Amino acid sequence: MAVRMPHWFRQIWNTKGLSRWIFLVGLFITLVFVVFAIFAPWIAPYHFNQTAVDGVKFPKLGSASSDHWLGTNDQFYDIASRMIWGARTGLEVVVMSVAFAGVIGVPLGLLSGFVGGWIDRVLVFLMDAIYAFPSLLLAIVFAFLLKNTLGGGVVAAALSLTAIYIPQYFRVVRNTTVSAREATYVEAARAIGAPPLTIMRKYLFGNVVQSVPVLGTLNAADALGTLAALGFLGLGIQPNEASEWGYDLSRALDDAQAGNWLPAFWPGLMIVLLITGLTFVGEGLNEGINPALRRRRLQKVVFPARTAGEEVSS
Amino acid sequence: MPTKPDTATTENRERSATVLDLDQLAVHFQLQGNALSRLLGLKGRVVKAVDGVSLRLARGEVLGVVGESGSGKTTLGRALLGLAPTSSGSITYQSADRGPRVVSEMRGAELRGLRTDLQMVFQDPHAALNPSMTIEEAVGHPLVIHGMAQGPELKRRVEEALDKVGLSPTERFLTKLPSDLSGGQKQRAVIARAIILDPEVLVADEPVSMLDMSVRAKILQLMLDLKRDLGLTYVYITHDLATAKYFCDRIAIMYLGRVVEIGPTEEIFDHPRHPYTKALLAAIPEPDPEKMLPRNLPRGEIPDAAEPPLGCSFHPRCPEAVRGCGWESRDLRALVEEHWTRSDTAFDDEQQILGDLEHLDAPSTTATLGSGGSSAVRGILDRIKGEDPDEPLWSGVTSIEDTGPGVTVHFEKAGPPALRRAGGVDVACVLYPDETSDRDEA
Repeated sequence: MAVRMPHWFRQIWNTKGLSRWIFLVGLFITLVFVVFAIFAPWIAPYHFNQTAVDGVKFPKLGSASSDHWLGTNDQFYDIASRMIWGARTGLEVVVMSVAFAGVIGVPLGLLSGFVGGWIDRVLVFLMDAIYAFPSLLLAIVFAFLLKNTLGGGVVAAALSLTAIYIPQYFRVVRNTTVSAREATYVEAARAIGAPPLTIMRKYLFGNVVQSVPVLGTLNAADALGTLAALGFLGLGIQPNEASEWGYDLSRALDDAQAGNWLPAFWPGLMIVLLITGLTFVGEGLNEGINPALRRRRLQKVVFPARTAGEEVSS
Repeated sequence: MPTKPDTATTENRERSATVLDLDQLAVHFQLQGNALSRLLGLKGRVVKAVDGVSLRLARGEVLGVVGESGSGKTTLGRALLGLAPTSSGSITYQSADRGPRVVSEMRGAELRGLRTDLQMVFQDPHAALNPSMTIEEAVGHPLVIHGMAQGPELKRRVEEALDKVGLSPTERFLTKLPSDLSGGQKQRAVIARAIILDPEVLVADEPVSMLDMSVRAKILQLMLDLKRDLGLTYVYITHDLATAKYFCDRIAIMYLGRVVEIGPTEEIFDHPRHPYTKALLAAIPEPDPEKMLPRNLPRGEIPDAAEPPLGCSFHPRCPEAVRGCGWESRDLRALVEEHWTRSDTAFDDEQQILGDLEHLDAPSTTATLGSGGSSAVRGILDRIKGEDPDEPLWSGVTSIEDTGPGVTVHFEKAGPPALRRAGGVDVACVLYPDETSDRDEA
């Protein structure tokens, strides 16, 4: 193979059986949404906040036509555009919340596990307390609190989701740190005179973050669901700030009861598809990377072609 | 071979040649008690991993520290580098250029700075290297941490260190991860990391015990070569007397946190004095099946370090135990229970009379036992004594008096024996009383 795949990708690629296909299908779905998200202004026919073109208002609950591929909804929005822009919102929130949770949770877990003592106790107590709440309830509370300071935008939604995922990263990293702390190489690092911060950065970090990417992709799926739930309840992103599937779904419910179910179908489908894609990626990663679950497929042995130079020398 | 000069005559000369001086060093670990005692803030039991070790390490010598698992030898090695906290006593490091420094009082950055002079090689080379660091990073990291080299200079010094430990051609190893190397190569890398700072003292904690037989001798030879080339002083911690004989100038035998015998290697091997040393030497396997040696191996297991036996800690297992060894209640319980195992009926007959023996587990020189009348209890004790009149425990009994339904056995009080001069070595055993009256043991 001419292109050298990175180590981790090769590891997943060489996994045997279903988990490989789960990963690839998930990756494909997710990549489609990533393309939507990045190129939304060029793919979508209209802006997500657009209700008229050249002064002509869109029809209310219009059916699918060449102007409006999926029709329009009760707020005069073009459904197709809302769906494509929604991918951008969803992925923005998901990436931000998972990144924030990792950036805060991983160092806290590392610190707690390595230092121990009362810092560990206080942090574990705090994180367990957060973890004990139902995640949606907690997200609602944070969404309320952040609405006043940050408004109803993408950042506020991402931060309210961050709060519920920090304990997961904290737990995973803290527990692996507690066991890695006793390893001889950490003692060896002390013996060569490494200060605590260096031990955490150079010796522990690389050995405890391995399970974090898997957790990240699984959380991403969960985060999208929670975001949609917040939007559905009207606590998430406001419709004029960004297009959000959960909000569209809640708006379309009345129409669905009235017999026009298409405005509700499309956002629901989007949510289900993206969550499925992200979950597949997470599960595939888990089964590909986790040595307890991983099964390698057999590979053909390919001998390198003999070159003329070698023949002469031998 | 440089050995420890006679302390009485050349006190001054010896002091300048001393590189590490341990004075009554103790390392105690607090055990966590049960939930209730933790709630109430009670102190748990204390494990005396190292308990009153005094020794001097001369510049350029190889001191072997030998003992069973749990004897405290690894903790002693860790304490030398300040990796285990000193509970009492002191460790003084006499640097060649910076004068004496007290390791046991150092903390934080000061202690980390000391690691340029004192270094350690670990038992398990597979675990001692960070799995996510290449050999170049791992070996060069001490220099980075201490800000001693960077860039091309760093790489040059890493290559130099790898060359010294025989990992050449170096470019083949620089980019390897530890998982790509064999056990012997990993241990060489660990040694390279230890010597790259140009230390004076290297504490080697069983450096070859995890290695293949075929590479053990090579690694030991490498360490001897490094000692010659770099002027190192070694503390060689091991349970393997065979390698210690090959490698060490002096040997200290440890048992339950104390040094029981210390002296030149030849003297220890030719004339072992402490019964424990004799037992260890007798336990070395003999490759010739024709020459089956009578083995007087110590009975039982190494005792609980949280509550070591009173007196000499080796006395419950000692084949040469005598009166003054510090007999106590737990020995009596062991003796009674051993007696019960000898006959089928003894337990059923006597258990009622002797009553519960659990309380004898609290170490004490007085033991009260029996619930079926003092004469009956005396009768049982006499019967046990009759089975083995030579059992040294009985010589340690000062008196037996009647108390209520049973008897109280009083034992002779004895502290742990101090290290005393005997022949060419120092030995801590009541069988070897003080040779010279001026060497007072406090």
